[in-house]
Amino acid sequence: MTNPLYQKNIISIADLSRSDLELILQTAESLKKTPQPTLLNNKVVASCFFEASTRTRLSFETAVQRLGGSIIGFDSGGNTSLAQKGETLADSVKVISSYADAFFMRHPQEGAARLASEFTSVPVINGGDGSNQHPTQTLLDLFTIYETQSRLDNLNIAFVGDLKYGRTVHSLAQALSLFNCNFYFISPEALAMPDYIIEELNERNITFSLHNSIEEVVDELDILYMTRVQKERFDETEYQHMKSAFLLNAAMLNNVRDNLKVLHPLPRIDEIDYDVDETPYAYYFQQAQNGIFARQALLALLLTNHFQANA
Amino acid sequence: MQKKLQVEAIEQGSVIDHIPARQGVKILKFFKFTQTNEKITIGLNLATHNGKGKDLIKIENTFFNDQQANQLALFAPNATINQIKDFKVVNKFKVQLPSSFIDVLACPNSNCISHNEPVKSRFYVQQKKKLKLKCHYCEKSFIRSTFDELD
Repeated sequence: MTNPLYQKNIISIADLSRSDLELILQTAESLKKTPQPTLLNNKVVASCFFEASTRTRLSFETAVQRLGGSIIGFDSGGNTSLAQKGETLADSVKVISSYADAFFMRHPQEGAARLASEFTSVPVINGGDGSNQHPTQTLLDLFTIYETQSRLDNLNIAFVGDLKYGRTVHSLAQALSLFNCNFYFISPEALAMPDYIIEELNERNITFSLHNSIEEVVDELDILYMTRVQKERFDETEYQHMKSAFLLNAAMLNNVRDNLKVLHPLPRIDEIDYDVDETPYAYYFQQAQNGIFARQALLALLLTNHFQANA
Repeated sequence: MQKKLQVEAIEQGSVIDHIPARQGVKILKFFKFTQTNEKITIGLNLATHNGKGKDLIKIENTFFNDQQANQLALFAPNATINQIKDFKVVNKFKVQLPSSFIDVLACPNSNCISHNEPVKSRFYVQQKKKLKLKCHYCEKSFIRSTFDELD
């Protein structure tokens, strides 16, 4: 049977249906259990970072290499003819994609990946376009939740920190709203979830509540998704006053559910104390590693028509 | 006192009525009517029952196709277009808000890739009541008043 994602672009999480997401997660699970080191033999994947991003790039390039594919590309836009000679992104993409079987890109401008997909005949995977989308981060987050909870439906999920500017939490909340989860939004008022996300959740009848501290709800949670409250968004006194409500330490986890997992897109600064690392709830490093399997799953589905997941 | 027609009748062409006040000049500019040689009569801030005033445009020998009529909805969502032949109204219709606008507006997001690339801007109508449009490229949504029209 042809898989529905074969030769498709992965630009925005909103483009993926619930069944698409489930297929990707099952494929990631299968590839984690049963590596496929020759699946992409003879495939060339372009890895084009018009803006530097070490973690995403290394994770993606590892994914390609562990499937047996090879990589061409660059790790920052400054060295490209686009930057040096004023070539349009459309022309750059048209040329590079003619060399490769798939095109993975990060770009500092919103909409770059969507535009690229209109000038290529090979699948484009968005590795982050400005402040807009970062769908492979969302997929690795979903995969980690699925892996640790054995389901995505009806979970109690808290998002903590900068919910206003964090595209990671926006996309994850949007994706999880397909699975009827219960959300807790924990943030300073100035960094609350934006209205457009709240409107979307209301349209989908998703239950959510707003909170001022982690401790108010931590004992009810299946997933605690931490992000950083950036110091530079507040004046020093204000920051010192409110920051403790959004920091996590091991003592706060004494009465939590056994299945709770703490996630974080990384890098962390001080929002998760190092003593949390030693608890059974810490899962952020495994989450980062799962980025390889989520990206492998996309490559497998986009580039091979009859790939069968053996979950 | 005898009531007078506010704007002189035309023999053949279109009358756009129910344009909100202060949108008439924008419509002239948008459709490049400022560059035509056809005779145009415009009324600005004409009296209305609700006291808010309206603008009105009469243009001779010019008829709107569906696409143009729909683009009018950007400026005047409740406008009507009267087609005139031999001084008589032969067709009258309300403009309809289309589901998308292509190559009409510039994205208000200055970091949107659509600004510097060989593509046409494209926006999807996300909300009709207080018109809100979502950019096909950057996926950000904006209310109508934040947009500039493309030249």
